[in-house]
Amino acid sequence: MKMTSPLPPPGKEMGHYVSEAPFDVMSIEKISPEQEKIYLAPQWKLMWWKFRQHRIAVWCGVFLAILYATIFISEFLAPYNIQTRNVDNIYSPPQRVHLFHEGEFVGPFVYRQNYKLNMETLKREYTKDTSKVDKIRFFCTGDKYHWWGLVEMETHLFCPAHDGELFLLGTDRLGRDMFSRIMGGARISLTIGLLGVMVSFVLGIVIGGVAGYYGGWVDMVVQRIIEVLQSLPSIPLWLALAAIMPVTWSPLVVYFGITVILGLLDWTGLARAVRSKLFSLREEDYVMAAQLMGAKPSRIISLHLVPGFMSHLIATATIAIPTMILGETALSFLGLGLRPPITSWGVLLIEAQNINVVALYPWLMLPVVPVVLVILAFNFLGDGLRDAADPYK
Amino acid sequence: MLRYIAWRITVMVPTLLMISALVFAIIELPPGDYFESYVAELQAQGENVDLKAIEALKVQYGFDKPPVERYFHWVWGMLQGDFGYSFEYELPVTDVVGDRLWLTMLVSFVTIIFTWLIAFPIGIYSATHQYSWGDYGLTFVGLLGLATPNFLLALVFLYLANLWFGTSIGHLMDAQYFNQPMSWAKAKSILEHLIIPVIIIGTAGTAGMIRRIRANLLDELQKQYVITARAKGLHPFKALMKYPLRMSMNFFISDIGSILPAIISGAEITAIVLSLETTGPLLIRALQAQDMYLAGSFLMFLAGLSVIGVLISDFALALLDPRIRLQGAHTK
Repeated sequence: MKMTSPLPPPGKEMGHYVSEAPFDVMSIEKISPEQEKIYLAPQWKLMWWKFRQHRIAVWCGVFLAILYATIFISEFLAPYNIQTRNVDNIYSPPQRVHLFHEGEFVGPFVYRQNYKLNMETLKREYTKDTSKVDKIRFFCTGDKYHWWGLVEMETHLFCPAHDGELFLLGTDRLGRDMFSRIMGGARISLTIGLLGVMVSFVLGIVIGGVAGYYGGWVDMVVQRIIEVLQSLPSIPLWLALAAIMPVTWSPLVVYFGITVILGLLDWTGLARAVRSKLFSLREEDYVMAAQLMGAKPSRIISLHLVPGFMSHLIATATIAIPTMILGETALSFLGLGLRPPITSWGVLLIEAQNINVVALYPWLMLPVVPVVLVILAFNFLGDGLRDAADPYK
Repeated sequence: MLRYIAWRITVMVPTLLMISALVFAIIELPPGDYFESYVAELQAQGENVDLKAIEALKVQYGFDKPPVERYFHWVWGMLQGDFGYSFEYELPVTDVVGDRLWLTMLVSFVTIIFTWLIAFPIGIYSATHQYSWGDYGLTFVGLLGLATPNFLLALVFLYLANLWFGTSIGHLMDAQYFNQPMSWAKAKSILEHLIIPVIIIGTAGTAGMIRRIRANLLDELQKQYVITARAKGLHPFKALMKYPLRMSMNFFISDIGSILPAIISGAEITAIVLSLETTGPLLIRALQAQDMYLAGSFLMFLAGLSVIGVLISDFALALLDPRIRLQGAHTK
């Protein structure tokens, strides 16, 4: 077959022309300013743009940020000290905040309530006295408290009238204000998840990293350990580990113990993710280059490999936090979690454990509301982060 | 394939040994043993305790021997099918667990079906309508089930059922059927009592399932072959159901490993609140009372099941998805 190519026959000089004039590629393929912005944007910026698309995740992130901000000043935001017992107001139902008294605007206030013990049913009955108006005070002096257990203060954002009460969410069996206790419990409940995830994060990256980078028998051993840990149901493991902690430990040490337990049992999933990622990443040329330049494995893993999928890990960790918060409530339910006087949402829910509470004092179940909200928020935030983790997709 | 199976089964032996050591450590680590808590309990009730008899019991069950020796004794017993003796029930472990095992399996099985029935349509809808209000709304409902602590949900259901229907929904059957042979009336009673636990336990699991179906299906829907199928005019329903959905089911099979033990142990805390006759509360109680052979053997049984489950799921994956090559797994 005869070739009909435009090429000249072999040996013959080619007629060849190259323009001397300067040539700008951009003049042919114009990039609009918007496109240029996208092409030149650093990775974190792309992630942020992608994350912003998930509206609910953004709102959940804002909600969580506010919530975490409140735990710094939770004593200030709560009207009562969390340990104050209002013995005259045991099992008081939530009081409603009013703005208008007899058609007249007086600002936020509650009506004074009168307490009577019904001698037939032995039920505590509270009646509203609509003639007495207890105005809520703002930036006021109330119960003494130790801010973070250090600085003694008595200023609150809002407090009850001078000889009145203010139980926005009712009181418990010792007459302690539920609203203040929920605010105070947030500090423990919100941090326990974070600390636990940090423990599991470090363990997961180190162990998974070593297994994925070295492979071979190291990987084999790590795989078996993960398999062993994952094959046991989590609640018995929690139980056993929690039972090891001596009863004599102070509640604060128990708190750290519980976080470590929650973290110790949760790293396996993360380690698996790290391992499988490393398996593919370690074959990349840049790893070879680093090795040839004499970088140590720890440097290659931490500096070159882990940043490559850090965003994925953070997304995974965000979704792990709710498990920890729920785990704390479950442990507390079994009587093996935190103990009073430490106040967490799980500890508060211990009070809501019997059917009487559901029937007579349903407001004792209110700590479940922040639990649900926080877990939902973390889940949506995690979903958004995961979508954003790979912005080049 | 045969070589791979043989290899996997050999690897199971050290895994199971490690698990048994861990389980033994778990039940040994808390200070004291069953007899000590038993004596303390009796003394708290103001009864006289015959310490000599207790000592004799301790010797009989080998509690005077070092832990290592007891460990080997226990493992050796299990290999021969002897799972030990429950001190609290004064029965062999197999007899204690046996009764409850069937009920637990029933509850778990129905729960799993319930979860699938709910999670599948929602997951498929969410994936095909990504970022729509329906997607957000259904995900929200699923997450709500995940976010509510089960024990509280169980309490509220207990109360509401009492208020509205005047029936007690605790236990898995009406009291008159305890220890009765199976009959139609008993089966009906069990089915009635099954509804609430299934809903409570099921709601906790659906969110995770929905999310995974959605994520996996979304991954598949972006692939070239789906576009090709749609481009050549395949009906959208078929282009969704026949290929992408099937491929996104892989995770389902790899779940068998975790589902198997879950079927047996059930949701412990819900079962405690609703006083269900399942194995979960039994296990928790045994761990708390340090009834060590009951707790240990049962944990071992669960762990063994999950190891077998992982094995089955690996084989099933290889059989169902020709893209997965087993041989590559251990030459690396």
